[in-house]
Amino acid sequence: MAERVRVRSMMPPGHVRAPVYLRGKTGEIERELGRFANPEQLAYGLEAEKQPLYRVRFTMAEIWGEAAERPTDTIDAEIYGHWLERL
Amino acid sequence: MPHDHPSHSHEGMSPSGHPYREDNDVALTYWQRMEIAVRELLIEKRLVSSEEIARQIDAMDARSPANGAAVVARAWTDTDFKERLLHDASAASREMGFDIGPLHLIAVENTDTTHNLIVCTLCSCYPRNLLGLPPDWYKTRAYRSRAVIEPRAVLREFGLELPDDVQVRVHDSTADMRYIVLPARPAGTEGMSEEQLAALVTRDSMIGTGLPRRP
Repeated sequence: MAERVRVRSMMPPGHVRAPVYLRGKTGEIERELGRFANPEQLAYGLEAEKQPLYRVRFTMAEIWGEAAERPTDTIDAEIYGHWLERL
Repeated sequence: MPHDHPSHSHEGMSPSGHPYREDNDVALTYWQRMEIAVRELLIEKRLVSSEEIARQIDAMDARSPANGAAVVARAWTDTDFKERLLHDASAASREMGFDIGPLHLIAVENTDTTHNLIVCTLCSCYPRNLLGLPPDWYKTRAYRSRAVIEPRAVLREFGLELPDDVQVRVHDSTADMRYIVLPARPAGTEGMSEEQLAALVTRDSMIGTGLPRRP
């Protein structure tokens, strides 16, 4: 069974690659991608720690609720491990 | 007279009867000035040469969707290759001799029941090594926001009406991966060579905003 995760709904300033429209939303891990340098540090020339990166699949219903164009269509996005809470 | 339009005058128009295009001499933006300054400093300090920069620009301009089309056509004709492409698209593209640099590429397959669409909502991430430079619309806020909110409406505007039983999967390139759609092989192409098949593969069919041409 696919692992369920929620994107943290924090709003830190600066260069962040977790899209706002997915924060607080729940999805399933589609695949693990390996470890990649954290862009939040890399963007400022800081020594970047490696974070696990995941492809997470969300349903349109989860993201847009009643306004979803087609509730069962999906969006996959890459989210770094420190942005995910396991459910 | 090239052509007559009784409804409007052609004064100030070019000989072909169309308006002259404005000169492309607008003021530089802050970032354009910054790019020029950094480039000139790098050259002055001999960290790169202007020849190297020109060569890199040529290399970037030389990439075109024909690279991606060759990969797709190979996958249509060689099931083992297709399996390797879906497993690790970077390795499969390198195997065909494409220099894709440090790019991490994922191929997503269109089937009878799934249609894939690629977008980068945060900026303009695009598999440039296989498809060349992205089209201008790919970088617009309209495409980037609407592709995740109402992909079916966007696809309709591209002339693609999907049947109800086809699920849309949007892929938002938010981080280190780049995506290419492996479109379904069109019907009626049995017996066509890899090269003939590659000619059917359009750029948009590899972004997901279109389908391959039919023979």
